[in-house]
Amino acid sequence: MGADFVQFSLTPMLIGTLAALACALPGNFLLLRRQALIGDAISHVVLPGIVVAFLITGTVAAWPMMLGASLAAIVAVLLIETIKRLGRIDAGAAMGVVFTAMFAGGVLLLEQSDTSSVHLDVEHALYGNLESLIWLEAEGWGSLFDWAALSQMPPQVVRLAVVLGVVAGFIFVFWNALKISTFDEGFALSLGIRARLLGFGLVVVTAIAAVAAFDAVGSIIVIAMFICPPAAARLMTDDLGRQVAWSAAFALASAVFGYVFAGYGPLWFGAAGSVSAAGMIATVSGLILATACLFGPKRKRIGAAREA
Amino acid sequence: MRNALQGSIGIVARNGETALAADLSNLPLLIDGLTVSYGEKPAIFSIDASFAAGRMIAIVGPNGAGKSTLIKAALGIVPRLSGTVRVFGQPIEQVRGRMAYVPQRASVDWDFPARVVDVVMMGLYRTLGFLRFAGTKERSTALACLDRVGMADFAERQIGQLSGGQQQRVFLARALAQDADLYLLDEPLAGVDAATERTIMDVLKSLKTEGRTVICVHHDLSTVERYFDDVLLINVRKIAEGPVASTFTDRNLQKTYGGRLAGAHIEQLRLPVE
Repeated sequence: MGADFVQFSLTPMLIGTLAALACALPGNFLLLRRQALIGDAISHVVLPGIVVAFLITGTVAAWPMMLGASLAAIVAVLLIETIKRLGRIDAGAAMGVVFTAMFAGGVLLLEQSDTSSVHLDVEHALYGNLESLIWLEAEGWGSLFDWAALSQMPPQVVRLAVVLGVVAGFIFVFWNALKISTFDEGFALSLGIRARLLGFGLVVVTAIAAVAAFDAVGSIIVIAMFICPPAAARLMTDDLGRQVAWSAAFALASAVFGYVFAGYGPLWFGAAGSVSAAGMIATVSGLILATACLFGPKRKRIGAAREA
Repeated sequence: MRNALQGSIGIVARNGETALAADLSNLPLLIDGLTVSYGEKPAIFSIDASFAAGRMIAIVGPNGAGKSTLIKAALGIVPRLSGTVRVFGQPIEQVRGRMAYVPQRASVDWDFPARVVDVVMMGLYRTLGFLRFAGTKERSTALACLDRVGMADFAERQIGQLSGGQQQRVFLARALAQDADLYLLDEPLAGVDAATERTIMDVLKSLKTEGRTVICVHHDLSTVERYFDDVLLINVRKIAEGPVASTFTDRNLQKTYGGRLAGAHIEQLRLPVE
């Protein structure tokens, strides 16, 4: 593992890991609140936001894209809440309506607009572009201590590190309140916890993670990381703190092993080339979940024991 | 109550503010003209009620009468359409630390990743404050509360492994950890075994002996006289309130249950379930 690794594999791996962690951490709470689909919804609705931002600015620069995506995420969350309230229907149904409609709108817009000059297409939106986020200026491990080379790192590294910091900070600061309001919202309200605001905050943090990760790695990883690591972690322990730790470990393992398998796996089987890193990372997370379902120590539905 | 309230306000007008403070500030819970609505139809409509200190009070009424809504509104969990709630003479927001709440057992998902002691420690949230996590001190407080409800041996159990009665006792232990002066419980005896019912009633009586006020939404008409001092009968509107002996009458029950109960029915409901 020398200069080549640092140049071509280190940053994509790092970006994949940061994105996976940023999505998996809030995913724990979404899962327990039966809102896991919201990560999926947000990662879909950012597409029209990105296309509209491109149509307005004419560039695919990061900040207009992020801004457009964030606005679309906020519009989607408000729409979901409105439909839920006015139609008095299940949150899942409201999400299903909003995110499919907005994603479809995004695809139509993308098709109708002239984006041939830039790298903006549905495939990119789904798989992201992890393999291209290389660090050409790096000459070896020493470059990590070389400011000039560091400043040429793909900007996604810093951006996702900041987002991961925001996500982890939110969960750390509001840990007690999040835990109580996720378990028992009525009790949380009686304690004076602003549970609904906190729930909205969680969705906002989720949106930030989804948008930043989407920009770097595409929506497949985002959807998988919100659900698979936390779901697998839930089967490993009956303690919320440990569940969050397990989910981080699983996210890390998915990103690292997924990237390695994508790059070298086909070679091991005698095939040439490599497969999509984003697809492989999501697949690994799915395999981890499947393994946890079969062998996880807490996989028994606890309710079943009670009835027996 | 409305007359009493207006009377006291009259006194205030004549004698100044101290009279009001002396008259109403002792009341653990005072509700005036409380209306709550989830849709077009109000769940409770213009309810006035006062709850005296150191008493055990039952809120009784048919399904859909707004019993749970009443205590949720008293706790500030659901928004009020109109009316006022005063707890120890103050708005709810200023006295949350003196109120404890036991929600219905079925209102939460017991598959949540937590052990029994974790749930009880949730009752210490307000004493923990910002960015502080539960430690040994909180743990020993929680264990003492679990001991009071006979659940000390279950502290490390996953909450989903408990029976319904045990879950209810854990919720009561969490409320004990809150160390409140006013306890509001939503059907604490619903679907629990006889041993749990005894334990819960013993704990509630000890709270009363300590001078605290206990208000329960209660569904079992046969035990109202045995367990409670006062009763509030509601069916969207208030029907009657006062000491059980003078208020829990066939006539008032008839009004509460709106002719759905014949006299014989009521007699039957008031008999202990064997």
